[in-house]
Amino acid sequence: MNTNMASRQEVSFTVNGEPHTVSVFPMERLLDVLRNELGLTGAKEGCGEGECGSCSVLMNGELVNSCLVPVLQAQGATLCTIEGLAGENSLHPIQQAFLKCGGAQCGICTPGMVMATVQLLRRHPSPTLEQVREGLGGNLCRCTGYSRIFNAVLEAAGQQT
Amino acid sequence: MRAHPAEYDLIAPGKLTAVLKLLSDEPGVWMPIAGGTELMVQYSAGRLGARKLVSLWGLPELRHIETAADEVLIGAACTYTDLKDHPVIAREFPLLAQAAAWTGSIANQNRGTLGGNIVNASPAADSLPALLVYEAELLLASTRGTRRVAYAGFHTGYKQTLLAADEIISAIALRPQFASYHSYSRKVGTRNAQAIAKLCLAALGRVENNKIEDVRLAIGSMAVTPLRLRRTEEVLLGGTAGQALIADARKALEAEVAPIDDIRSSAAYRLHVAGNLLQEFVEGLFA
Repeated sequence: MNTNMASRQEVSFTVNGEPHTVSVFPMERLLDVLRNELGLTGAKEGCGEGECGSCSVLMNGELVNSCLVPVLQAQGATLCTIEGLAGENSLHPIQQAFLKCGGAQCGICTPGMVMATVQLLRRHPSPTLEQVREGLGGNLCRCTGYSRIFNAVLEAAGQQT
Repeated sequence: MRAHPAEYDLIAPGKLTAVLKLLSDEPGVWMPIAGGTELMVQYSAGRLGARKLVSLWGLPELRHIETAADEVLIGAACTYTDLKDHPVIAREFPLLAQAAAWTGSIANQNRGTLGGNIVNASPAADSLPALLVYEAELLLASTRGTRRVAYAGFHTGYKQTLLAADEIISAIALRPQFASYHSYSRKVGTRNAQAIAKLCLAALGRVENNKIEDVRLAIGSMAVTPLRLRRTEEVLLGGTAGQALIADARKALEAEVAPIDDIRSSAAYRLHVAGNLLQEFVEGLFA
């Protein structure tokens, strides 16, 4: 029995400054399209239900869980993934701060933590620890115990030496 | 088992009139989807019954907040971030702004919508007790026109609503009339972000001449729908400070809720903590 409801269609968006057009089913998850169609495997699948934040990307400047975005809703969007942060020869200051403070262990949550930090520091350039906790509250880490991650965020904000 | 994307259709007509026409032409066939924070979870787990979805995300007609002197109209596709960021919501409806900040995480707040939260009709939804105490009204739109209903009567049973198959919620209407009220809300869960509430209480009250002159209470996760605690309000109304009033109110509360044991908590815990929150509110009212 053919249970297909949809056919592939073209969806266009900009990822890390580059325009892309992909041929996809409209309900495909943005996470899967980024990873499988574009080879951008920085965003990870942790829970697949919006609880862990390891698939975090920025869509039109706002942090989203890409596992919960049907790709059709990204039509025309400007997307930024972890791959878009670093320069050619240098890490993004937030990445540098995570490196310096030891804000990563196994690394699965790290791309999401960094993307959540990008959004946080745009809204609160000098966050309090409470704002850091709230800003990263949707990103789970099972290794570090969070202290070094929060230190890295404060370091990136220039609040810690 | 994980859903296969080929087995689901999603369209984005881009205009509210086109969405309403689709719902009218084929009622019950198309499931509206806004930010996907609920439906995409069901979809990923292979539990989404609907096979045809129509996107409300990005419809400008549904994502604006209009403020007039006597009414604030919140477009149903406004996100929790939109609510948190809006100065009039923060000033006039602090319980709603607080609930928005408690919902999920920043990423969920950037996508989850107030209309979606209402239609999803979870008894544990963080924002719904606030809408009950503010006595919100809902604008329900279809090609037949727009009707206005009291939110208090919208949920007709567990996950059931008044919404007809060809209707969507277009806006939530609130009257800014509570500036002089003491407001209180508290969510009890395992952690602030992400955790679904074991229970949450939203309350408004006003004391004059040492008597409770007006009071509104609503509670989440304590019945099959978010619940306005009208009998407890009656007990409190006209009451004066003291342990007798609190004891009577706790008794009334226990009689009108119906908590259950589930994965998040036990009925006994919920009942006890609900009484504690009520007490904290009443004591704050007279403080």
